[in-house]
Amino acid sequence: MIFSPNELSSYLIIGAILFALGLFCVLTRRNAISVLMGVELILNSANVNYVAFSHFGSGNLDGQIYAMFVIMLAAAEAAVGLAIVLAIFQLFHTIDVEAAETLRE
Amino acid sequence: MDLKNLESLNFFGPELILTGTILLLIVLDLFVQNKRNLAVLAIVGCVASLLSTFDLYSAQQGWLFYRMVVLDNFSLFFKVVALLAAICTIWMSLGSHEIRRVYQGEYYTLLLTSALGVFFMASASNLLIAYLSLELVSLTSYVLTGFLPRNRRSSEAALKYLIYGGVASGTMIYGMSWIFGMTGSLEYAAIQQALAQGEMNNVALFMAFMFIFAGFGYKIVFVPFHMWSPDVYQGAPTPFSAFLSVASNAAGLAILIRFFFPGISRVTPGGEWALVSGVEWPQVLLYASMITMTVGNLCALNQRNLKRMLAYSGIAHAGYMLMGLAILTNDGLSAILFYIVVYLIMNVGAFLVVAMVANFTGSEDIDGYRGLAWRGAVVPAVCFTIFLFSLTGLPPFAGFIGKFLLFAAVLKEGGEFIVLALVAVANSVVSLYYYAKVVKVMFLDAPEPGDKEFVIACSHFTLLIPLAVLTVALGIYFSPLVLYTTQSLRFFVK
Repeated sequence: MIFSPNELSSYLIIGAILFALGLFCVLTRRNAISVLMGVELILNSANVNYVAFSHFGSGNLDGQIYAMFVIMLAAAEAAVGLAIVLAIFQLFHTIDVEAAETLRE
Repeated sequence: MDLKNLESLNFFGPELILTGTILLLIVLDLFVQNKRNLAVLAIVGCVASLLSTFDLYSAQQGWLFYRMVVLDNFSLFFKVVALLAAICTIWMSLGSHEIRRVYQGEYYTLLLTSALGVFFMASASNLLIAYLSLELVSLTSYVLTGFLPRNRRSSEAALKYLIYGGVASGTMIYGMSWIFGMTGSLEYAAIQQALAQGEMNNVALFMAFMFIFAGFGYKIVFVPFHMWSPDVYQGAPTPFSAFLSVASNAAGLAILIRFFFPGISRVTPGGEWALVSGVEWPQVLLYASMITMTVGNLCALNQRNLKRMLAYSGIAHAGYMLMGLAILTNDGLSAILFYIVVYLIMNVGAFLVVAMVANFTGSEDIDGYRGLAWRGAVVPAVCFTIFLFSLTGLPPFAGFIGKFLLFAAVLKEGGEFIVLALVAVANSVVSLYYYAKVVKVMFLDAPEPGDKEFVIACSHFTLLIPLAVLTVALGIYFSPLVLYTTQSLRFFVK
């Protein structure tokens, strides 16, 4: 059995899969909201790692506290991100990231 | 010294003053009608914080807040840089038509918050604070980039910045989680001890460092994490582009230096830095530096928008500064610090002239600079020439001394680094082309009949002249600054 709940490596594999999915989502999606969701996946992959390492390894709560801070900052980033997406929607009438291309010569 | 929370507050003056100013700005914004007064208050707060920073030079060095933050000459240096950049930016904003149309109270609040983030980036000695401070600078930057209301370029730049920044910082904390897993600690000193014992998987360690490098590299604007920078610099309000190009860049270098030097390396008796074994850092930094400066300079060649050109030139300058890091010596690091100060002066100056012209013509296109010197703007044109030649690295300007110190440090190392120095010299020659092109347009091209005479805001002049004088003066009499940067290179390690 590869995935056992009592082993550190299974959590790390989940973390790595989440990270890869998040990166894939950011690189392929054209909808700004989907891209932001990809960023959230990347942040949460780190959270899984922190909690797992903290639980199995270091013997202190540093990692779990780090994860809490990441959750809070992810919320802050989502708030700023959605505000910017809203501004984009009002100006361009779309949230397709490739439609917003007035910069670049 | 290793202080607890309440004791630490005695050594926390600059941050406290800045935080107080930020809170005061939020409240006063509700009552004060004339928003210029808020800018004056912001400048007063910065100056008070600056004085408090200088006061701390006589204090003992050490850890604050249970080893979360470190107080040493190195962090004080970056506090001074951040405050100077903030003061210049606020001053520049005072005369800018762009800023007049936005919510100024919030603008100055966010600007100072960003400067506060730079403080913590320079003094973080824990991976948690490193991440939080980086996000503090990033989040405020996203908002300020998209601050121009109903402006397509500005909003689009903010979106791009947000996506790149989010991915880079996510990647960084993923790498940090691996470091945490391998060493069992978030604190730099403990990480260093654990790494010094060895027994780590070198591949995992290398990958984790590369991920962290991505996060820091996006702040300093290394290739391949540079894609956001031209768009953001072009779309953001010009004064904020200036702040971003100097303070955010310097903060990225600060956090990188602190992570790699006191963090994961130790001082050998000879005064050199030895990194933990098994990771070929000098090689990675060497190639990153070469590629960054080359890409920056080559892309700058064809730009017609001045802000975009300065963004690419900023990438090239990040490459030059990275040279000092690649050689892993104290000489290299102190050359970087010197270059940061010089770059602050000349780049803020260059952006200031761009803001002045944009005030008048409404665009940053190079056509707006046609015959600038003969349209009643001789002084800005001459100053712009000084800044641009200083950015190129021509004597007798400050940029020359900065580059000279960097090249000297690199050549002293010898070996493969000589190739690096040669690439850098070739790059400087290339950069002369696009800087000189602007000078040519300003002086040699005749103004067309449709071009109007130039009128300049007084507040811009009071900043422009000192910056230009400093650029020349530091090119001739630079020993005090060299002394200061050498002294700033004192890290607190245990």
